[in-house]
Amino acid sequence: MKTASETLKDFQKFTPKKLPVEEPLAPGHRACQGCGEVVALRQVMKALGNNVIVVSATGCMEIISSPYPQSAWRVPWLHVAFENAAAVASGVEAAHKAMIRKGRLEDKNTTFLAIAGDGGTADIGIQALSGALERGHNFIYVCLDNEAYMNTGIQRSSSTPYGAGTTTSPPGKKSIGQQTWKKNMPAIAAAHDIPYVATGSPAYYIDLMNKVKKASLVEGPAYLHLYSPCPTGWRCAVEDSIQTARLVVQTKIFPLYEVIDGKYRLSRKIKKPKPVSDYLKIQRRFSHLTEEDIAMIQERVDRDYDRLLKLCGVSEE
Amino acid sequence: MAKRVGIEVSLAISEAVKLANVDVIAAYPITPQTHIVEHLSELVADGHLDAEFIPVESEHSAMSTCCGSSASGARTYTATCSQGQALMLEICYIAPALRLPIVMTVANRSLSGPISIWNDHSDMMMSRDTGWIQTVAENGQEAFDLTLHAFRVAEDPRVLLPTIVNVDGFTLTHVIEPIEILDQKEVDRYLPPYQPQMRLDPTNPVSIGPVGMPEVYTEAKKAQDEAIKGAKQVILEAWQEFGDMFGRYYKPVETYRTDGAETLLVTMGSLSETAMIAVDQMRTDGKNVGLVRLRLFRPFPFEEFLAAVRGVKQIAVMDRALGLNGAGGPLATEVKAALYDEPERPYIWNYVAGLAGRDVTIENFVEMADGVEAAAADGVRQGYTIINVRE
Repeated sequence: MKTASETLKDFQKFTPKKLPVEEPLAPGHRACQGCGEVVALRQVMKALGNNVIVVSATGCMEIISSPYPQSAWRVPWLHVAFENAAAVASGVEAAHKAMIRKGRLEDKNTTFLAIAGDGGTADIGIQALSGALERGHNFIYVCLDNEAYMNTGIQRSSSTPYGAGTTTSPPGKKSIGQQTWKKNMPAIAAAHDIPYVATGSPAYYIDLMNKVKKASLVEGPAYLHLYSPCPTGWRCAVEDSIQTARLVVQTKIFPLYEVIDGKYRLSRKIKKPKPVSDYLKIQRRFSHLTEEDIAMIQERVDRDYDRLLKLCGVSEE
Repeated sequence: MAKRVGIEVSLAISEAVKLANVDVIAAYPITPQTHIVEHLSELVADGHLDAEFIPVESEHSAMSTCCGSSASGARTYTATCSQGQALMLEICYIAPALRLPIVMTVANRSLSGPISIWNDHSDMMMSRDTGWIQTVAENGQEAFDLTLHAFRVAEDPRVLLPTIVNVDGFTLTHVIEPIEILDQKEVDRYLPPYQPQMRLDPTNPVSIGPVGMPEVYTEAKKAQDEAIKGAKQVILEAWQEFGDMFGRYYKPVETYRTDGAETLLVTMGSLSETAMIAVDQMRTDGKNVGLVRLRLFRPFPFEEFLAAVRGVKQIAVMDRALGLNGAGGPLATEVKAALYDEPERPYIWNYVAGLAGRDVTIENFVEMADGVEAAAADGVRQGYTIINVRE
């Protein structure tokens, strides 16, 4: 079996002038105005093209794309339940492997994609995901992280950032809001020693699409953690959706990186980082935070970013 | 040519799955299902079966993986029981709604708590209305035959529903019996390769598992209801053909010495064979007692059941599960419901017996037959008794 770095040696990048025209996820779906998650998903699907089978967890992307008898999917799509996208995709991948080997199906080099939100990934679906990564199925798992259970009405998940107000982590006299720090899912995925892990943001769509393409090329499991702005849940202006996706990278809160064969690589070094307050202040989920709270978040973000730089072998400046 | 061999029933089930040439097996170990999946993984490891054996991390993922596999057009199998089936129950409701012809052996076992690995029908009752076709084996030969029948029925384009073969844990799965193992040519004649009507295919994209808004949900459920009711005809045909090919005929409701019977015992599963001995003994003693066994549990064979019990005075229904609803066992509740529209209804008493592997003896069946006769004479209503219990 080829390593990911061998496979990606002559990787042909997407460029702004050479983007695919295919839209496997059709317009006309029912996503909210300003939804950044569906933008990220559109980029994922454009990068993969039509030779793909999609397994979707229950969640926003599932309900907005498939109200029977309508479907926004121009590629085969299967939804079973909430917590099992990785397990369902395991079955799709294994079935194709077996049927191709037995001569019952032509090998068309189809990509198998599982998509789920942060709750479906970091909380209720983490066991199924861990199992599928450990077993080494040849598939891509995309976590579309909008940092809470948006489909059910903005409840906190383990991926909700510290201090954020949600309907189950409301700020109050006795609480700052979300009292825990965001779970580091990419690190958990990387700990499975899989060939490819990466983070992406729809504001940096060429980077995101290249990572999706790389994930489809490597042999074995690939995990992509995609930042997915949710103006509805974050209580920000719908026109600020992509702006949050840019600021979250520029403030070092959500750094863009890859883990190829276990080796961390920074995708974009933030030379002049913006203060976290630039990102926090445009979202009302953080509006209750005090200067001290923000200073604490800044400290934590700096610490985490430095750790990442060390993992990437990049020296601090 | 078929070969009659002494083989553990679990292994015979695995051999049937091998002969069905399945493409994907996804399973998680749980006692007493383990010997089935262990043997299947051996068959795959030794190259006797060309399939993907996916050792998933839970039963929930086992059924989820089966859904993905079956939706891809692969012949798909799993086995479980008890807590495992409880964990996968969420997906057990979805598989039939997606019309995925997965075949599953359930090595019937009690449910926690208290935790127990021993045999009863609690798991079968838990999953009774999930929408799966369910058959029940009484012995090893039936477990083998019903497994092949399950693939044949499930994958029939007129059915497309997942199918469970219930096999009593330990008392059946772990015993060695003489079983006629059909050869590959015979099985191929009975069970053609799976021809999916629809599958995940980039050249012909379909969306499977969409949102059902209130405008369509009821219609979707009605379609499913019609599918499982309509499956009975195919189940009967597939049994008829099996009998014509191999000489073993199966019926949804099996009767034993019911001619002229005034009292009937109703059973499911391996204890039926003990009940038969009890019936022989009672007949020798001059009692007019017969036995009715349900081979098909879902869809419930109303017509055949009513025909089998029509005209008797009283029925003792044995349940190997307790309903915990104040009404005794679930099977008796169903039998009573089935009889409600009959102009002449027999008297019914329910015996809950054999929970978590507790022995049910020949004497116990005699006790049930005598008991229902006595209760009928007294005219006590709505009754059930848990037998062999320390007060």
